[in-house]
Amino acid sequence: MKEILNHTDLQIQIASLANALLKKHPQLDDVVFVGIQQGGVVLADDIVAAIQLKQPDKKVQYGQLDITFYRDDIRKEILAPDTMHLPFSIENKNVVLIDDVLFTGRTIKAALDVLLDYGRPAKVELCVLVDRKEHRQFPIQADFSAIEMATDKSDKVKLIKDSDNNKHVVLMPKG
Amino acid sequence: MQLSTKHLLGIKDITTADISLILSTAQQFKEVLQRPVKKVPSLREVTIVNLFYENSTRTRMSFELAEKRLSADTINFTASASSVKKGETLLDTVNNILSMKVDMVVMRHSASGAPHFLAKHIPAAIINAGDGINEHPTQALLDAFSIKEKLQTLEGKKILLVGDIMHSRVALSNIYLLKKMGAELMVAGPPTLIPKYIAEALQVKVEYNLKKALEWCDVANVLRIQLERQNQVLFSSLREYNLAYGVTKKLLDGLKKEILIMHPGPINRGVEIDSDVADGHQSIILQQVENGVAVRMAVLYLLSGSKNS
Repeated sequence: MKEILNHTDLQIQIASLANALLKKHPQLDDVVFVGIQQGGVVLADDIVAAIQLKQPDKKVQYGQLDITFYRDDIRKEILAPDTMHLPFSIENKNVVLIDDVLFTGRTIKAALDVLLDYGRPAKVELCVLVDRKEHRQFPIQADFSAIEMATDKSDKVKLIKDSDNNKHVVLMPKG
Repeated sequence: MQLSTKHLLGIKDITTADISLILSTAQQFKEVLQRPVKKVPSLREVTIVNLFYENSTRTRMSFELAEKRLSADTINFTASASSVKKGETLLDTVNNILSMKVDMVVMRHSASGAPHFLAKHIPAAIINAGDGINEHPTQALLDAFSIKEKLQTLEGKKILLVGDIMHSRVALSNIYLLKKMGAELMVAGPPTLIPKYIAEALQVKVEYNLKKALEWCDVANVLRIQLERQNQVLFSSLREYNLAYGVTKKLLDGLKKEILIMHPGPINRGVEIDSDVADGHQSIILQQVENGVAVRMAVLYLLSGSKNS
């Protein structure tokens, strides 16, 4: 297991993502943030907290989305679902989807399917921490990304929380 | 996390981890049912047959709706309108249906053990929707889900089953499930409708006085008199049964605490339960029906991995 970002580096990247999002949506009007379970939610918790800190007068709208029932490889393995919690309407809103790693694009495709079952957003943007660009299998790109990484296809890149609640991004080679 | 079983034949054979997984998955499906689009694509490639050899309203519609909400293809079979009348055996009927590429079977039968028999002989996943006087596992799961929704936990709760315990598959499945999840169980009813050795065999309390039983419990699950399964006279009249064992508003008002009232349906108003109790604020009978769809979605979803390939 190799550490890509330690806790401190990660905080810097999160702050810069929060800044980029605020620059694009300074008033936060009609913007909702949606983290994808599970790694995306770990990241989104921090991004949303950072945005809320800079815009204390606005209530940042934040929800969590689970794609388990929409996976395109569902027949390979049945997984238990995570919590889905969108406590607001997404109709005509600007939805910012947040995930830790953008890899094949299949998770995002499933997340878009989930979103459309909740309503018709005006626009959907994608914000990720790590972009593993060369392995994309669908025509999906990030609007905001902190780092781009060249990886082997069999590698696993994950945002994890350790026992002291510190967060790290790690790369696990296969085997 | 996965179920330890390929079929859902009864609560007796599944683990507490299985039960917890089904209940927590059902919680997520309940959320799906509140959305504008109450449907997920999970079982798009799965075909399910609803094989009903016995009458049903709620269970059958609930399963059918659950299947549709999961995007499965469904076919319905009703014994009374089929070649069963021409003498076809159960195994022949099912093998013929399976040759049309069906992956899962939801089955109700008046013979106890019919789904267990099928599970031994066919490759599809089988879900028991009620077999004779044996089990009705999805009813027990939705009852547990509904109790948990109201009381947060099953652990240590006092649950009473009132009525025709002898002929009730709902009672047996409820006893297995609630015992596994740490609840305390009591059965009440006329001695002729309570199996003689039930206290020893299943470790439940037995009470013949309804008022005392209601005073003890947090939840009363009221069961129907299964006249269709009784081949001898076990009590003198429905009127007399109502006087001794009917749950009335007066009885509930006389208790020190407010208890939850449940009923798996169909209700015989004025026999085992009075209308003002069934429709009263302590009753969660319609919530049980609502939760039934989410619980059955969870069961179908979790068992769809063992799909016939």
